[in-house]
Amino acid sequence: MTANPITSRRASFSFSIASVCLLVGIVALGALFIAANAADPMMGAHAWIFFFLTTTGLLFTGFWAGTLKDRNPFEPAFYEDTIVKFGVAAAMFWGIAGFLVGLIIALQLTFPGVFYFPELGWTNFGRLRPLHTSAVIFAFGGNVLIATSFYVVQRTCRTRLAGGMWPWFVFWGFNLFIVIAGTGYLLGVTQSKEYAEPEWYADLWLTIVWVAYLIVFLGTLWKRKEPHIYVANWFYLSFIVTIAMLHIVNNLAVPVNLTGSKSYQLFAGVQDALTQWWYGHNAVGFFLTTGFLAIMYYFIPKRVNRPVYSYRLSIVHFWSLIFIYIWAGPHHLHYTALPQWAQTLGMVFSIMLWMPSWGGMINGVMTLSGAWDKLRTDPVVRMMIVALAFYGMSTFEGPLMSVRAVNSLSHYTEWGIAHVHSGSMGWVGFISFGALYCLTPWLWKRKALYSKALVEWHFWIATIGILFYIVAMYVAGITEGFMWRAYNEFGFLEYAFIETVKAKHIMYMIRALGGALYLTGALLMAYNLVRTALGHGEARDDEATPASLPVQSPTLQPAE
Amino acid sequence: MTDHKPDVDEHSGTETTGHTGDGIQELNTPLPRWWLFIFFATIVWAVIYMVLMPAIPALPGTGMTNTLGTRGYSDRALVAQELSALNAERSAGASALVSASLSEIENDLSLQQFALAMGESAFGDNCATCHGAGGRGAKGYPMLADDIWLWDGTLDGIETTLLHGIRHTEDPDTRQSAMPAFGRDGLLSDKEIEDLVQYVLSLSGGSKDAAAISRAAPIFAQQCAICHGATGTGNRQIGAPNLTDAEWLYGGEVRDISLTIHNARNSHMPAWQGRLDEATIKALAVYVHSLGGGEK
Repeated sequence: MTANPITSRRASFSFSIASVCLLVGIVALGALFIAANAADPMMGAHAWIFFFLTTTGLLFTGFWAGTLKDRNPFEPAFYEDTIVKFGVAAAMFWGIAGFLVGLIIALQLTFPGVFYFPELGWTNFGRLRPLHTSAVIFAFGGNVLIATSFYVVQRTCRTRLAGGMWPWFVFWGFNLFIVIAGTGYLLGVTQSKEYAEPEWYADLWLTIVWVAYLIVFLGTLWKRKEPHIYVANWFYLSFIVTIAMLHIVNNLAVPVNLTGSKSYQLFAGVQDALTQWWYGHNAVGFFLTTGFLAIMYYFIPKRVNRPVYSYRLSIVHFWSLIFIYIWAGPHHLHYTALPQWAQTLGMVFSIMLWMPSWGGMINGVMTLSGAWDKLRTDPVVRMMIVALAFYGMSTFEGPLMSVRAVNSLSHYTEWGIAHVHSGSMGWVGFISFGALYCLTPWLWKRKALYSKALVEWHFWIATIGILFYIVAMYVAGITEGFMWRAYNEFGFLEYAFIETVKAKHIMYMIRALGGALYLTGALLMAYNLVRTALGHGEARDDEATPASLPVQSPTLQPAE
Repeated sequence: MTDHKPDVDEHSGTETTGHTGDGIQELNTPLPRWWLFIFFATIVWAVIYMVLMPAIPALPGTGMTNTLGTRGYSDRALVAQELSALNAERSAGASALVSASLSEIENDLSLQQFALAMGESAFGDNCATCHGAGGRGAKGYPMLADDIWLWDGTLDGIETTLLHGIRHTEDPDTRQSAMPAFGRDGLLSDKEIEDLVQYVLSLSGGSKDAAAISRAAPIFAQQCAICHGATGTGNRQIGAPNLTDAEWLYGGEVRDISLTIHNARNSHMPAWQGRLDEATIKALAVYVHSLGGGEK
């Protein structure tokens, strides 16, 4: 058989475009059907959003595919970097949106009238709170993870992303999920599971997107041109696989009908609670820990140009981390209806998790040996190392708080808020900022960031913001914890609940100030990144860029 | 394919693994000793803790739900024990409250101290939601720390209110009265209500609109005086507030009073009998009576 090489090449890239379009087309038709028959107005609104965005995507793809002729847009000799650029932009956008909503709800807790209009349900704290958590974790964090994983897996495997059009489906599909989730919270659509609030149809859509993500990632690993799979990719893979499992099990539900937004959980009572916290804790473990450790394992050694400190440590801490993490969820249910034996297991596994967690910190920080001066000279490196310091703090604090005696004081108080924010603002935020500061000049081929001074400002403003935030919340948490358990000499509770709320008021103000500083830092960063991409300031090339420079990076770079 | 041969890192003198990912190499540094030691120590500790405490679910047919641990520790048993210890601590004082009359409680220093502590705690958990911390009140929820009482500010009167509530439909002995919704039910015209608002305001010196006041005087005498009294000083028997004191539960602006006359308010308080025990209700009566405006 003598196939025309151009036609066969064309057939291979057409197939991935056509298969994505087929899937999206089916979803668009389904959305149109549901929009016409919606059982409730929320489902109607969501079906229309689905229909509008999927058909827009189809139209764009159609016009774009028409301009291709015989050019293979997924040319294997080049890396797929455009999608990473989109990911960087999306992460920055959602990050600022999420930090802003966080600041609003921090102010609402301090002064309940702020941005609250009784006639507008969606300005209520109860609607805005999941909007904040999902925007920062899934929209900001998720886009950082998708963008960096696509960048890192290509570089470390020296091959283009697998799947042609499918990585684009993953990126846009995930962001469509974010829009559905976010608008759902504002409309009041929720299944009332923390960090898993979106209803059944959004969950189904995310399942499709996530399986596509897994296949793209595995496919890229499969066709790698390095004999060894780099450590960052183990961490990315553990994140993608485990999140798929957690998401599916925790969202098992029966919809009331196929055109309505409401569904009922498969599990009930304490079984539901345990499933939820198995999910919730491992979302922290496999989304916010292993995913961002993957970022650390690529961006720190790359940025400081030093070998990873210990390969053996990376193996032992990787396997011990993922084996032990998955059992630790019951520590969220101490002193509840959960049987005590399950609480014991949750607690001891959390304690054993301490060193596996710290393995990543040791490996990251010690990678700087031989390049310690970079802490002084490169604020981006400093940001990533401070991220590891916060990581070390919160992964010591986590096991501590899982001890039942400590938990009896810390649980339900602001201490928990302090703990998650030292982890999220300090660890997840700073390591992401570091990665975005690295990626932007690399992707847009600039010799430096627009302004190093602005990175310094960002670093210090945000660090002080985090410290204000967490110190205020530690003080507030321990104060209210002790007030709740105080008895007077007659055996009655010393304080009414409202008195414990009043006692936190000043701490709430300081927390909001910390959040405002953190948001300010992120705005400086967005400005810096945009100017970098545009090639302004220190990012400007001295000589005119030669016209012959390829737009995309070649995949087969000479080995160093 | 590039597979690097193990190399030695110049700075640390450690061998590399020979792998490379985008130019990143890995040192073959052994596991830090202290790290490994603490990791093993946490595992040993975990095993010991699991022997001591309830830890492992038991197989079906063994007659146990889980291993009980050698220390015989049980959350549920401990909660029951702590609650009974707390009840024992409180019960002497509580039974003294039950057997004493309200005025005896108030006149006995130790009984009074106990009642105030118990009442303050119960007030924070049950009453502060509406009446505010310390009984400071809010719009629509009477302040309990002043000397203005809609129904009864004596010890016994407060206890009756607590036991039976106000307009609580499930209690036949509840305090009952209903102001008509003059506007909504068409008993008075909007114009008449407008005049009446001026008249009501004038009772506490808040209006100088002589024309409106004189127009409304006969309406007040006909419609309002039967409950609020000819001079507007109110009637505690039926919870009709005094209109001459310039204190307003629902606000003293023209708009607030107009709404009150138009729709009536008739707010509710639940009956606490059956929800709180006798000693707690007595303690609450003594506590509220002590807030500042208690009457003899």
